[in-house]
Amino acid sequence: MEIKLNTPLSDDDVEKLKIGDKVLLSGVIYTGRDAAHKRLFELLKKGDPLPIDLKGAVIYYVGPAPAKPGYPIGPAGPTTSYRMDPYAPLMLSNGQKGMIGKGNIGKDVVDALKKHKGIYFVTPGGIAALIAKSVRFMEIVAYEDLGTEAIRKLQVEDFPCIVANDCHGGDLFEQGTSKYARV
Amino acid sequence: MREVNVQEIIDITARLCMDANYYLPEDVLDTIKKAKEKEESPTAADILGQILENNRIARGEKLALCQDTGFSIFFVELGQEVQIVGGDFLEAFNEGTRRGYQEGYLRKSIVDDPVLSRVNTKDNTPCIVYTDIVPGDKVKITFCPKGGGAENMAEVKMLTAAHGIEGVKDFVVDRVKNSGGNPCPPVVVGVGIGGTFEKCAMLAKKSLLREPLGAPNPDPRFAEVEEELLERINNLGIGPMGLGGRTTALAVHVETFPCHIATMPAAVNLNCHVSRHKSAVI
Repeated sequence: MEIKLNTPLSDDDVEKLKIGDKVLLSGVIYTGRDAAHKRLFELLKKGDPLPIDLKGAVIYYVGPAPAKPGYPIGPAGPTTSYRMDPYAPLMLSNGQKGMIGKGNIGKDVVDALKKHKGIYFVTPGGIAALIAKSVRFMEIVAYEDLGTEAIRKLQVEDFPCIVANDCHGGDLFEQGTSKYARV
Repeated sequence: MREVNVQEIIDITARLCMDANYYLPEDVLDTIKKAKEKEESPTAADILGQILENNRIARGEKLALCQDTGFSIFFVELGQEVQIVGGDFLEAFNEGTRRGYQEGYLRKSIVDDPVLSRVNTKDNTPCIVYTDIVPGDKVKITFCPKGGGAENMAEVKMLTAAHGIEGVKDFVVDRVKNSGGNPCPPVVVGVGIGGTFEKCAMLAKKSLLREPLGAPNPDPRFAEVEEELLERINNLGIGPMGLGGRTTALAVHVETFPCHIATMPAAVNLNCHVSRHKSAVI
């Protein structure tokens, strides 16, 4: 069964989610990957204001392809999450509730999800044309100079994702892999 | 000498950039369809279904299959009876890339220097061109857009004769295991054994272009190694996107080359399930 959720996420939303849940997200999500995270991280460390409101925010690790005329966004699948691991705990401690990416995340981030009630969603990589269908509207809100790595505000409807790490310490990578491994 | 004008190379490479990024090769699609039928994990089967659906959308609307339209890599077999006229040979591939990525609404993913400024070049150049001079009067161009996520999981290891084939197998399986969901499994596993440090890396990369996908190495001994590696890798249980399942790799391709008495280098290069490449002959 699929769970429908609206952003921004609350502690209550996050606590109900467990690994393997299929979620359809609607509302505003922000994009950000390597270069944007580096800048946000520097601002947070200095205590300076951010260009986006992190409270309850879900950040999608993506650098979309250019939009063809008539499309709100180009193909937009996830990038590999571990590269944002150095920044994620500080972001979560400043109000961010979730991230969407692909691949495993490190122990520090898993611990931060528990501590700050955060959630890590995976959406499949390499299905970017399909995922882009759930984006209704896009606008660049910061760091336009970064091109595809600029921070974009996306209005999404039923964005498909799976809970990979929940705030209770569950890890779908571990559970799924051990279930289907043959020694 | 047969003359080939660089303009022809520019036009063809621009087309290859777009086509390779919109259309998944049929052999890759067939392999994914078969894997979906056999997949035991419902989540994994769903993801394989989404991959097929994504292909239908990309093909129908001429959209990039993946937002990561890759580093633009060309493998060129240049006939020794061909004379290139009308301009700079290497620059023709840059110009083709520039045009293909701009006109095709493909993502520009290249930064100008790797570590200090990292400013996007905004046209996906420079590309990488590997040229072999071969007999004949044709130019064969193979384009392979290589995404960063799978490329990050590559490794070269300077093994020695004492490791033997079991050492190579363990190295390959461990590399895939430690990559988990990062390279967008189900992956194509390219393995190079022998040559030198850089030669085995090239063998691994070039093996990703083998057609059709999963075709065995012509040497039955290495075909057997490929088969065993595929089984061991799929028994890891990593599955599509690392979320668990029986489909971790679509194929394992092993390529070999003679090597020095003191060495036995081995390399692993992974391709994501969007295993793109396309060729044209001038």
